[in-house]
Amino acid sequence: MGENFNMADFKEYMRDGQVDHPPALYEDYKSTVLRSPSRKAVRLEHTLSEITGPIYGHGPIREGEDDLSIVEGEEAQGQRIFVSGQVLDENGKAVPNTLIEIWQCNAAGRYRHEVDQHPAPLDPNFVGGGRVVTDDRGSYKFTTIKPGAYPWGNHHNAWRPAHIHFSLFGPAFVTRLITQMYFPGDPLFPFDPIYNSIPNEKARERLISSFDLETTEPDFALSFKFDFVLRGKNSTPFEQENKS
Amino acid sequence: MRGITPSQTVGPFLKIGLERDELQYLVREDADGAIKILGHVYDGEGKPVPDAMIEIWQANIHGKYAHPDDSSESAIIEGFSGFGRSCTDKDGKFFFVTVKPGRVSGRGNTLQAPHLAVNVFARGMLKHQVTRIYFEDEIESNSEDPILNSIVEKADRNTLLAKISQSEKNNFVYSFDIHLQGEGETVFFEV
Ligand SMILES: [Fe+3]
Repeated sequence: MGENFNMADFKEYMRDGQVDHPPALYEDYKSTVLRSPSRKAVRLEHTLSEITGPIYGHGPIREGEDDLSIVEGEEAQGQRIFVSGQVLDENGKAVPNTLIEIWQCNAAGRYRHEVDQHPAPLDPNFVGGGRVVTDDRGSYKFTTIKPGAYPWGNHHNAWRPAHIHFSLFGPAFVTRLITQMYFPGDPLFPFDPIYNSIPNEKARERLISSFDLETTEPDFALSFKFDFVLRGKNSTPFEQENKS
Repeated sequence: MRGITPSQTVGPFLKIGLERDELQYLVREDADGAIKILGHVYDGEGKPVPDAMIEIWQANIHGKYAHPDDSSESAIIEGFSGFGRSCTDKDGKFFFVTVKPGRVSGRGNTLQAPHLAVNVFARGMLKHQVTRIYFEDEIESNSEDPILNSIVEKADRNTLLAKISQSEKNNFVYSFDIHLQGEGETVFFEV
């Protein structure tokens, strides 16, 4: 058993700010109404279970999992793009060797999924899922197709701004993050309840990627940069902090 | 300090990027001490949630996490990652085949009862919720667990206990349902 572990050696992760993440209940996004807990979450002081987390065991990444734009040698329809950036923590420290998973709709705004009823064309050469592991500087890069906007049934004439879904782990159970990356200048931002569920405007804008001419590839692909900031550790160890 | 990247919902099409059936098996079904944890996710009207994903994180049978920050002297078990993921089906059902973890240190000089750390994601959840799975048959260790003991109401505490349901192929099967809202609402943690 883990009796010999000394918590005093360890630094806890910083708590999330109230304005950085959306609330559980955000009525403009209708599905939150029955899927948000009615009671306040119980504050849990971190233990070994929270400051450790899955960093192995996802299975090896196969070649080509970073490229959504080609299926069995056949190219997908749409605007080819690179999406790249760095995963950092709040203290500015790079997060290396962490799994990133993405999924998205095709250029016409259609997901390859039985539930997607949007009458836009499916693309036989686009599946829409990919995985990479960050390198030792926390950097990652995907090749994909710029996703289209798509309608959804939330309210009359509701359209999601173009986005890519991103899933990240980071070094601990508490650094887990699933989010969406948007594209600069999207006219749909003011009308999208999911984007606007983030209370703080500055925090919201952190989900917008930036166009990056420097990393485009002439005659091949445009390029968007998107960095992530995961939770970082406190500067003081557990026990010391408890006494203060 | 840098501002954190905000959370957004997984949406209805999460399986395209996240479904990996093999991650439901932390050990083989015929492994020594294998248990199955089977549950459902329900919304505030008691309806199943077919577009949710449950992830678990746990120590091995010795109470050791496969992670460099676990500096305890217990042994790592080769091939046991401690991570599992299960996407719910049309009935809101998820399952894991795993082993019951050993006890790991709590804060101060406490020892925690065997438990799994759990993340719950779904369409309609803008940020995931965190809970824990304990085991109803760990009566003594549960009574010593500081986190379980911090939950005063017995009904609330019960939402964190996996119940022995039946035995199937010599496996212990535990059931653990998650109620996002309303009657029997699961206790969620702010971590
Ligand atoms: Fe989407």
